[in-house]
Amino acid sequence: MISIAGLLGQTFAILLALVLAPLLSGWVGQCRAWFQSRTAPPLLLPYYMLQKLFKKDVVLAHNASSLFRAAPFVIFGCMVLACAIVPTLSTDLPFAPAADALALVGVFGLARVFISLAGMDIGTSFGTLGGRREMLVGFLAEPALLMVIFTLAMIAQSTSLATIVETLAHRDLVIYPSLAFAGVAFTIVSLAENARVPVDNPATHLELTMIHEAMILEYSGRHLALIEWAASLKLYAYSCLGLALFFPWGIAGGDSFLALLAAIPLLLLKLAIGGAILAGIETVNAKMRIFRAPEFLGIAFMLAVLGLLVRLLLETRI
Amino acid sequence: MTTAIPFSAQLINLFAAVILLLAFAMLAQRRMLSLINLFALQGFCLFLATLVAAVTTGQVHLYYSAGLTLALKVLLLPWILHRLVRKLNVRGEVEALIKIPTTMLVGIVLVMIAFNVALPISELSQTITRGTLGIALAVVMLAFLMMITRQKAISQVVGFLSMENGLFLAATSATYGMPMVVELGIALDVLVGVIILGVFFFQIRDQFDSLDIRHMEKLKDN
Repeated sequence: MISIAGLLGQTFAILLALVLAPLLSGWVGQCRAWFQSRTAPPLLLPYYMLQKLFKKDVVLAHNASSLFRAAPFVIFGCMVLACAIVPTLSTDLPFAPAADALALVGVFGLARVFISLAGMDIGTSFGTLGGRREMLVGFLAEPALLMVIFTLAMIAQSTSLATIVETLAHRDLVIYPSLAFAGVAFTIVSLAENARVPVDNPATHLELTMIHEAMILEYSGRHLALIEWAASLKLYAYSCLGLALFFPWGIAGGDSFLALLAAIPLLLLKLAIGGAILAGIETVNAKMRIFRAPEFLGIAFMLAVLGLLVRLLLETRI
Repeated sequence: MTTAIPFSAQLINLFAAVILLLAFAMLAQRRMLSLINLFALQGFCLFLATLVAAVTTGQVHLYYSAGLTLALKVLLLPWILHRLVRKLNVRGEVEALIKIPTTMLVGIVLVMIAFNVALPISELSQTITRGTLGIALAVVMLAFLMMITRQKAISQVVGFLSMENGLFLAATSATYGMPMVVELGIALDVLVGVIILGVFFFQIRDQFDSLDIRHMEKLKDN
C-alpha cells in the first residue's frame, strides 16, 4: 500500500517543514520591516534565535508541574504532525489516511489546550490571562475553520485533505464562488490562529494586548525554543494549507519524483508571495482591541457559512 | 454536476457571489466613506456581471444597462455621496441600532430564507444566470436590513441604492433585464432620489444639528 516514493516524499515534506518554517517567519518579519520602512532584521534571525535558545539552560519555576515541562514537546509534536498531514509538495502522503481535515483541526486544538494549560500552570496572572484569551480566540476560530473545511469537503466529496487538494488541483477550469468566501474566511482564521496583527501582535510584550506571548512568558531555554519553533511550524502549516486549498496548482499528484522536485521551487515562490502578503496585511491593519476579536472572527464564521450556502445554491445544479 | 454550468454562467455566479459578499461587508462597515466605496465596488461587480451576460447572450439592451450601471452606480452616485459626506462632515463612525455581529447573524438567516424562496422560482427561468436569483433576493433583503438598522440618513440612502443593485441583479438573472424604458426610468428615479435626499440631508442637519434620524421620531405638529 505505502510506496517507497510516498514514504520518501512524506519524510522529505516533514524535513522541509522543519527547515523552512523558521525561514518563513524570518521572511515575514523582514517584509514587515521593509513595508514599515525600518531596517530589516536578517532573514535567518529565527535560526539564530533557536540556536541561542537551545544552548541556554532551562529555568523552571518552583511550582512548575510536569505538565509545564511536557507541554513544549506536545505542542511541537502536534505542529510537526500537522505539517505532515498538510499536502505541501505531493498529495501522495502515507500519513494522510491517519488524519483528515477535521482531525487536523483537532490537532491544532490539542496544541492550543496544552499551551493554555501550561500558561496557567505556574499561576502567574499573565499566563492565566493569556490562556483565557487564547481559548476565547480559539473557540471562535475553530467553528469558522470547520465551516471552511466543510465547504471544501462538499466540493471534493471527502474530508481527506489529500483528496480535497487532488480534486481542486486536477479540475478543469471551474470557478467556485464558494471558494472565494472560504478563502477570505480562512485568511481571517489563520491571522487569528497564528497570533498575527489584527488579533495579536507577535512582537509585543505589552500586557494589555498580548495573547500568545503572555502564555509563554515563563518558558526559557530549549522549551522556549521548541515553542517558538512550533509557532513558526504552525504558521507554515497554515500557509501551506491555504496554498494547497486555494492555490493548489503545481502540487505533485502521484509518485513521480520529478514532479515532486518541480513542486519545490513553486512552493517556495508561493510561500514567499504569501509571506509578503501576510506582512502587508499586518502593516496596513492596526491591532484591534481584544473585545473586537469576537466580531472579527464572527465575520470569518459568517463568510464560511455563506460559502457553504453559495455552494448549495449556485454550484449544485442539475 | 458542476461541469454542466457554462463558463460565462460561472463567471456571473462569481460576480454575484462577490456582490453578496460586498452586501455583507456594507452591513458590517462602520465608516461612512468606506461604506460608499463598498457601494461603488458593488456597482462595479454588477456592471461586470451584466457585461458578461450581455456578451454571452448578445442582447443589445444589456450592453446599455451595463453602461448605465457603470456611469451611474460606479461613478456618479458615489461621487455625489462623497461630496455630500465631505460637505456635511459626517466622516465618523456609523452607529447601528443593533450590534454588528447580531446584524450579521440576522443577515445569514435572511440569506438562507432568500435562497430557499428563490430556488423554486429560478427553476422556472430559462436564463443562464438563473442561479443568481437567490443572491439577488438576498442582496435586496440585506439592504433592507441595513436601512432598518442604521441611524444616519446617508447610510440609509446607501442601503436604498444597494437594494436597487439587488433588484437590478434579480432582473438580469431572471429575465435578462427589464425593458429599456423601465430601466432608464429607474435609473433616473434613483439619481433624482439621491439628489433630493442630498438636499434633505442639509435640511435635516439644519433642523436637528445631526443626521441621526432618531430625532425625527420626536416631530410634533403644533
